Amino acid sequence: MKITDTVVKNIADLTQLTFDKRELASFSTSMSEILELVEQMQQVDTTGVEPMSNPLDATQRLREDVVTEENQRETYQGIAPETEDGIYLVPKVIE
Amino acid sequence: MAWETVIGLEIHVQLNTKSKIFSGASTEFGAEPNTQACAVDLGLPGVLPVVNAEVYPKAVAFGLGVGASISKISAFDRKNYFYPDLPKGYQITQMDKPIVLGGSVDIPLADGTLKQVNITRAHLEEDAGKSLHEEFQQSTGIDLNRAGTPLLEIVSEPDMRSAKEAVAYAKYIHQLVTYLGVSDGNMAEGSLRCDANVSIRPSGTTEMGTRTETKNVNSFRFLERAINFEVQRQQQVLESGGRIVQETRLFDPDRDETRPMRSKETAMDYRYFPEPDLLPVKIDEAFIAEVKNSMPELPREKAARFANQYQLTQADAQVLAADPDLANYFEDTVQHCHDAKTTGNWVRVELLARLNRDDIHITDLALSAEQFGILLSRISDKTISGKIAKDILDALWQGEAQSVDEYIEKNDLKQVSDSGSLAPLIEKIIADNPKQAEQYRQGKTKLLGFFVGQVMKETAGKANPQQVNELVRTKLS
Repeated sequence: MKITDTVVKNIADLTQLTFDKRELASFSTSMSEILELVEQMQQVDTTGVEPMSNPLDATQRLREDVVTEENQRETYQGIAPETEDGIYLVPKVIE
Repeated sequence: MAWETVIGLEIHVQLNTKSKIFSGASTEFGAEPNTQACAVDLGLPGVLPVVNAEVYPKAVAFGLGVGASISKISAFDRKNYFYPDLPKGYQITQMDKPIVLGGSVDIPLADGTLKQVNITRAHLEEDAGKSLHEEFQQSTGIDLNRAGTPLLEIVSEPDMRSAKEAVAYAKYIHQLVTYLGVSDGNMAEGSLRCDANVSIRPSGTTEMGTRTETKNVNSFRFLERAINFEVQRQQQVLESGGRIVQETRLFDPDRDETRPMRSKETAMDYRYFPEPDLLPVKIDEAFIAEVKNSMPELPREKAARFANQYQLTQADAQVLAADPDLANYFEDTVQHCHDAKTTGNWVRVELLARLNRDDIHITDLALSAEQFGILLSRISDKTISGKIAKDILDALWQGEAQSVDEYIEKNDLKQVSDSGSLAPLIEKIIADNPKQAEQYRQGKTKLLGFFVGQVMKETAGKANPQQVNELVRTKLS
């Protein structure tokens, strides 16, 4: 499958990324190459092989339902561009 | 043109855990903004989610409660979208392997019948934070306390045909999750939110119309209004030759309308993929059995027991068991009346009709099961007639009577079963209506009702109708 500039633009829109024309072209090329590799791998016959969700025969360890976190708002908000009364501020979402 | 409404609901139920689904931050409601949002909830680089064990027994209990199958392997997926109240840029949810698959519930409708609504699936996911759009001039405010709160999203099949049915279903789910103790069900605090998928189609057709999704409705009243508005709107659009656009809408309770959420709807592409930070969770039979053993009696189990223990019809038993509070009231009443059949009948017909009429829930009813039971036992022991009992029930309902026995005594309502005092009255009525008596004797037996009616009138309904029937018949023959 060939990744066109339009597809890259659409993905960029969804992920809120911007880049210039030159970058756009290089993205379409390298992304197409990745997909070509995947296409090649898809030619392997996997009939009868169970899909594997991870390489280990392991399942998720769970956590007890206990509150372990303390309020560290000040520390976390230290790196935020803008806050007011403990609330993070971002560019207006709805006009 | 006649239209048929088709509704499916997605209900987000907040599970009542102490900590979040993937972090050890508190889920307590009402804290200062962002004081319960830790590094994991904020999506800071390098953090990893660790699943809260407590969400599994709760999700499994719900699944068993609706007769669903429980996935033995339950895995998480990433749903990618960009919004500031979701700082990671993706929501951890379940796409391919939801924990609960299938199942159904029987919802009680206002007319006393039950309707089956099928459940497609229910899956675990994390809640997003809260966006504050109005509070700031130039910015949107973000409070991430709610981010990472465990949710069970319950998806129904498009089985509902009216706003009323949708509300009945939502109420049923609300009641079930509270009953099972998996959620506090506090709607004002957002513990249960509905997304309503609504479409209409010409009556008699089977093809689905284009649907809209009205998001985040957080009260039953709003749900009914939002759906009704949407049905009206879609009818107007279709009848004026337009077509419905598949879109996400928001209900505005102040203006009593729904409107499109995004000005230009770009097709959402969530780019789901398996969550690489979490391994699948295995749920074995022993665990499911353990959850099952700790569950309270479910409506459908209760219905089976009622039918068996109290000799009720299937239909009566199901209606009585569908609401656990109504079921308790029924059983309490039987303790005082000892006639389960009469009790079942009266709870289902007289009590439910009055509850629906006045729009009150059984738990808010002032009339105690004890007094109601005594009232019914006075019918069984023939102290009063069924008709008088209804009048007394109304008096109890209005708060005009407190004690059934005192009220009967005070108002002289005891049934007249003494043939000695009824006989002269009947003879007098026959003598006063010679024409009717003659016609009856000539074979117009329908006139029996006329005489019985006269007797009941004269005794102000206190005569035992069966006895009057017999006496009149004897006197006329």
